[in-house]
Amino acid sequence: MLLSLQGVRRTFGGLAAVDGASLAVGTGEVHGLIGPNGAGKTTLLNLVSGLIPPTSGAIVLDGERIDGLASHVIAARGITRTYQNIRLFSALTAADNVLVGAHLKRNAPLWRRMAFLPSAAAEERAARAAALALLARVGMSERAFERASNLSYGEQRRVEIARALASSPRVMLLDEPTAGMNPGEVTAIADLIRGVARAGHSVLLVEHNVKLVMAVCDRITVLDFGKVIADGTPAEVGRDPAVIAAYLGGEAAA
Amino acid sequence: MTSSSLQDLWLTYQSTVAFIGLNGLLALSVYTTLSCGQLSLAQAAFMAIGAYVSAILTFHSGAPFAVNLAVATLLPALVSVPLGLPVLRLKGVFLAIATIGFGEVVRIFFVNLDYTNGALGLTAVPQRTSIWMIYAALGTALFVLWRIRGSRAGYALEAIREDEPAARTMGIDAARYKLAMLALGAAFAGLAGALEAHYTYMVSPSTYSFTRVVDMLVYAVVGGTSVFYGPVVGAAFLTALPEVLREISARVGLAPGPLRLFVNGAVLLAVILFLPEGISSLPRRIRDRLRARREAHAA
Repeated sequence: MLLSLQGVRRTFGGLAAVDGASLAVGTGEVHGLIGPNGAGKTTLLNLVSGLIPPTSGAIVLDGERIDGLASHVIAARGITRTYQNIRLFSALTAADNVLVGAHLKRNAPLWRRMAFLPSAAAEERAARAAALALLARVGMSERAFERASNLSYGEQRRVEIARALASSPRVMLLDEPTAGMNPGEVTAIADLIRGVARAGHSVLLVEHNVKLVMAVCDRITVLDFGKVIADGTPAEVGRDPAVIAAYLGGEAAA
Repeated sequence: MTSSSLQDLWLTYQSTVAFIGLNGLLALSVYTTLSCGQLSLAQAAFMAIGAYVSAILTFHSGAPFAVNLAVATLLPALVSVPLGLPVLRLKGVFLAIATIGFGEVVRIFFVNLDYTNGALGLTAVPQRTSIWMIYAALGTALFVLWRIRGSRAGYALEAIREDEPAARTMGIDAARYKLAMLALGAAFAGLAGALEAHYTYMVSPSTYSFTRVVDMLVYAVVGGTSVFYGPVVGAAFLTALPEVLREISARVGLAPGPLRLFVNGAVLLAVILFLPEGISSLPRRIRDRLRARREAHAA
């Protein structure tokens, strides 16, 4: 398994937001993470991306533990993410946001630029072209030079995905990538996620749109009150009584 | 105009010209740390370190002035690293307060140091600074900041300023970048301190007080911090303004003094009220205004 969580727990005060969660994501797999509001999905992504350290448990990427590492180190190991409450750099253009995302991939020592070396200019042109290609991939070519703050909600989400892809991550964490999108945009995102996985990136997808999750995910983990209550293929999870109970309430399952 | 009156003009204003350059360099030193969203108010302390060490070297070693300047540039940058490691974990106003604290510690250290003549400071420092040196230093600082802008590092700095946690999840080592910019700003301040000491013949601890940092910050804010040359524009404007006002009040026959201060304050207030992005944003605002008017006519 490329990424695995083993008994990961995170408490805030006395409350366990993530309570001994375990899951595993294979290479090129789209892994869904669903659950009712407050189940701990975003907290789990924050733990994996290193924004907060786990209280206990292990997070392992390709055989190496990454729990407790600084978030920029985890990014360098190959995990990038998007945010539920979009966090683009709003004063920068869409293209420049993606350029920031390419930080880890770029090899551009400052002295070369200071010395006006042609290799520096060539590297910049290549990085810019790669950023524009990524924006084309998410369907944002025409809006590439617009300030991020001027983009619509759906457009901002697509730029965030392009930014997360810019470092060619091994695992991409998507936190509700279709929130606030219209059905047409959702279909485009579903195609995009499948394409990303085919290209060899693994995806850990937190999403409320159950139809999308069922359609794009290879496996699904269901969280409720911080605990994993089900794990399996979309068909298995959809039949699971515990999942139905968590989503529809105890009586419906009984 | 005869050549002798030109010469008079130069003699009258050469120190203003020198201080425009020095203050521009100091404003850039504040801007450098500000460019990744960090407000460091330790710049006067770095300036003091540069001034003292260069003056001491001038007195006690036969080293060429260029070597003195190099030491005065590098030493504050080195000192800023152990300061920055703990202090840059703080944000916003807490970082400002911690760096003010460091500034006071350095100033009081020099006030109490007998070796540097305590509160009296060092006097009769030989004049070694020429105006071209000041402008060469300012030009170098501008060049460095210009080339950082738009580079991989430049984008990283903008990302840190906008949203540091998000920048870190892109793999940007924010702590390292912030430390590097603190050190670069310290280097600019140290160089300005050394140049000033060898221009004004003296090094006095009272020069490096908190009010000096506030001056630097005001230059940067009035000039505008959205572009790298903004702080220099602000420094030039605010350094030249009192001189211009003195000249005007003398021509009009008004007594210099209180009125000059009043007008100085009024101009400052007007800039902050009507040009919140600083004087350097003026050309862009005029362009936007003209375009809006043209479009209104066309419609």
